[in-house]
Amino acid sequence: MNKHQDTPHEIDAHTGHTTTGHEWDGIRELNTPLPRWWLGIFYATIVWSVGYWVVYPAWPLISDATKGVIGYASRLEIAQDLALLQQQRAAQASGLAEASLEQIKADPALFRIAMAQGKAAFGDNCSACHGVGGAGAKGYPNLNDDDWLWGGTLADIHLTLEHGIRVAGNNDTRISQMPAFGKDGMLKPAEIRDVANHVRELAGLSTEPGADLAKGREHYAANCAACHGDAGKGSKELGAPDLTDAISLYGMDLASLTETISNSRAGVMPAWSQRLDATTLKALTVYVHSLGGGQ
Amino acid sequence: MAAGNPIRQATIGEIVGIMLAAAAFLGLLVIAAKTDHAGYAFHAFLGMAAALASVFLIGNRCFRPGTGPAPQEIDGRPNYNMDPVKFGVIASVFWGIAGFAVGLILALQLAYPALNFDLPWINFGRLRPLHTSAVIFAFGGNVLIATSFYVVQRTSRARLAGDLSPWFVMLGYNLFIVIAGTGYLLGITQSKEYAEPEWYADLWLTIVWVVYLFVFLATLAKRKEPHIYVANWFYLAFILTIAVLHIGNNLALPVSVFSPRSYIVWSGVQDAMFQWWYGHNAVGFFLTAGFLAIVYYFVPKRANRPVYSYRLSIIHFWALIFLYIWAGPHHLHYTALPDWAQTLGMTFSIMLWMPSWGGMINGIMTLSGAWDKLRTDPVLRMMVVSLAFYGMATFEGPLMSIKAVNSLSHYTDWTIGHVHAGALGWVAYISFGALYCLVPWLWNRKDLYSLKLVSWHFWISTLGIVFYICAMWVSGILQGLMWRAYTSLGFLEYSFIETVAAMHPFYVIRALGGALFLIGALIMAFNLWMTVRHGAEDAAEADFTRQPQLVPAE
Repeated sequence: MNKHQDTPHEIDAHTGHTTTGHEWDGIRELNTPLPRWWLGIFYATIVWSVGYWVVYPAWPLISDATKGVIGYASRLEIAQDLALLQQQRAAQASGLAEASLEQIKADPALFRIAMAQGKAAFGDNCSACHGVGGAGAKGYPNLNDDDWLWGGTLADIHLTLEHGIRVAGNNDTRISQMPAFGKDGMLKPAEIRDVANHVRELAGLSTEPGADLAKGREHYAANCAACHGDAGKGSKELGAPDLTDAISLYGMDLASLTETISNSRAGVMPAWSQRLDATTLKALTVYVHSLGGGQ
Repeated sequence: MAAGNPIRQATIGEIVGIMLAAAAFLGLLVIAAKTDHAGYAFHAFLGMAAALASVFLIGNRCFRPGTGPAPQEIDGRPNYNMDPVKFGVIASVFWGIAGFAVGLILALQLAYPALNFDLPWINFGRLRPLHTSAVIFAFGGNVLIATSFYVVQRTSRARLAGDLSPWFVMLGYNLFIVIAGTGYLLGITQSKEYAEPEWYADLWLTIVWVVYLFVFLATLAKRKEPHIYVANWFYLAFILTIAVLHIGNNLALPVSVFSPRSYIVWSGVQDAMFQWWYGHNAVGFFLTAGFLAIVYYFVPKRANRPVYSYRLSIIHFWALIFLYIWAGPHHLHYTALPDWAQTLGMTFSIMLWMPSWGGMINGIMTLSGAWDKLRTDPVLRMMVVSLAFYGMATFEGPLMSIKAVNSLSHYTDWTIGHVHAGALGWVAYISFGALYCLVPWLWNRKDLYSLKLVSWHFWISTLGIVFYICAMWVSGILQGLMWRAYTSLGFLEYSFIETVAAMHPFYVIRALGGALFLIGALIMAFNLWMTVRHGAEDAAEADFTRQPQLVPAE
């Protein structure tokens, strides 16, 4: 029937093994036995697996599964790991929980723990916006300097962290709302330009040659001075930034100022008390306070 | 009527084909008109264009003289149908280079995020599935369909079953690729890893795949050999299991026939389990079983040696098929998946180690008696190195499935490195080997245009793979260790962003490795092109000559 079946079981000269006698498109197969080491390891993995099934939860039953003889459960394992960690942190945590912010700041041992915990919490919660070193970015305040929007004392920082900034539904949140003077039609584009130039004048920066600074001052007094003050020194109670220093959240160039005055800005920060426990918040407060600008 | 251009009566198959294509055209026209989703409308137009082209291409056959259904045999020799195979070979090279290039862009985006350019169509999230689908399904899939059509014919001594069906499979599959790929860029995805295409693309693939299965089975059924060759077992396992996995994982309810969106019927941890049952067996049956089939044909053919062990091929085949299907849960260690399922996933992965290695042993040991060819034949060298990478990746896989190891390696770049050891070293290399064999055979050339260029391809891309894997090992283990590092006071040592920053140098090295791999593939494309264009014609179709070292048994 098949021409290749006439010459079965040839011997391969090189290996000395016979072939199976079949041939497909010129390909033959040797009858080499299974390598012993291969079979040995295969059996060993099966034996090991069966042993593992005895020890650990393994086979599903009708309404449950075999539990294994050592009572292992991954949820139990994580609970134990967390308990160990909590135990390790317990002593230091109770110290932080009981001490006031000022006491933590004054006590070298507590301060060291607060800084370690604060750094870890800062890295995973704050650095996404404020940067790993707290240097901030456009729209995200630099925490290393002493220019504070909402106050730089331990209590101020703690309150800001606890309740966040412009958090909807939080009664104690930090809130200020600068009007969008352009968008809401309170000032015309030319007037906004004059105000922007006046703000630059307050900060000691150069102004545009064509700008009417007198009009700018007039509009500033009518619209801005209530919060930012006549001299532009701002107010921490109102969350109004100081316009006279070199530090600015959104930029002091004319384009940025025009954007700010026209459309307003309203950055937000979460209320961290909803996510972090009281001790972590304290540690974070001390950590941020110690970054360089604490008052 | 013009003389000498008789119009032939269409076959039943051609009439059915035209009617189905025309019906599809009308259905798609309604969808294109009524949908309010631009991307979906684009896909409907794409389908209409394909349906229209089908009507003309099939109809046109009746006007060409002498193009009735091809005879099964000519002069007593099988009349092989190699045109769809040729198409698959060209598509493989095209998609391979496209997929590698997108991979390089992604590697560069990870190292330099500015390269996302803030454009939605080319951001990392959309390009990532484009890369994985292009290399796995477009490149790998075309290699598998092309080689399976070649191998099943040659080892069955029978023409491919069906007249239009093989072309339907080849072109239909590539249409699926285009729909899937353009869908990702337009933001159409069901967000299941390696199964991102939406319900309508899934349905189309199901139709194509079932026809593929029937073509393959029908060809086997009319074989002239008494036994089915081992490569065909692997191809069949691949085709059949992928059908089951694809349907199981993609069961979904479309929002409407006029919407590209759908809801998967599985939810929660069951969905996760289905996803990784699918995902891991896409590795097992697409990227392993299918490419082992390539090994079983092309390695003995190229080395001109008998397969090392028939017994090993049986045992490792059935062990692989039986064990692989259980291993999926190892992708879900330490998750909401019940502990017992995690245990089974892990232990079956361990037991899978030797069955996987059976393929490597059978491939590499087939060279016994022909080791000297490794020095002279860079194509064979590529295939043997591919088997070595296969062995390494299938050792690393079970190792990473062990829960204690997984707790370090999971979610890190180590996984990415592991996948690419398999994808670049194993799947791509065995595919390159098969392509280097197939092009001279299909286009009737004596040999490749240049073996020296194959050597260049081999060394450049091997260097690329080594850069890639080593960078990801170091970066992955570093990442895993940084994530779990605690200070003496019991607080996390590193913030997440610090671990990201630490990855940068390794991402640059990885991109370098990817660039080298892409350069190698471009060299291959040039070499294959020159082989087809300028290679010396092979005078007589190569007939198999009996190997001299075989002597009849006493």
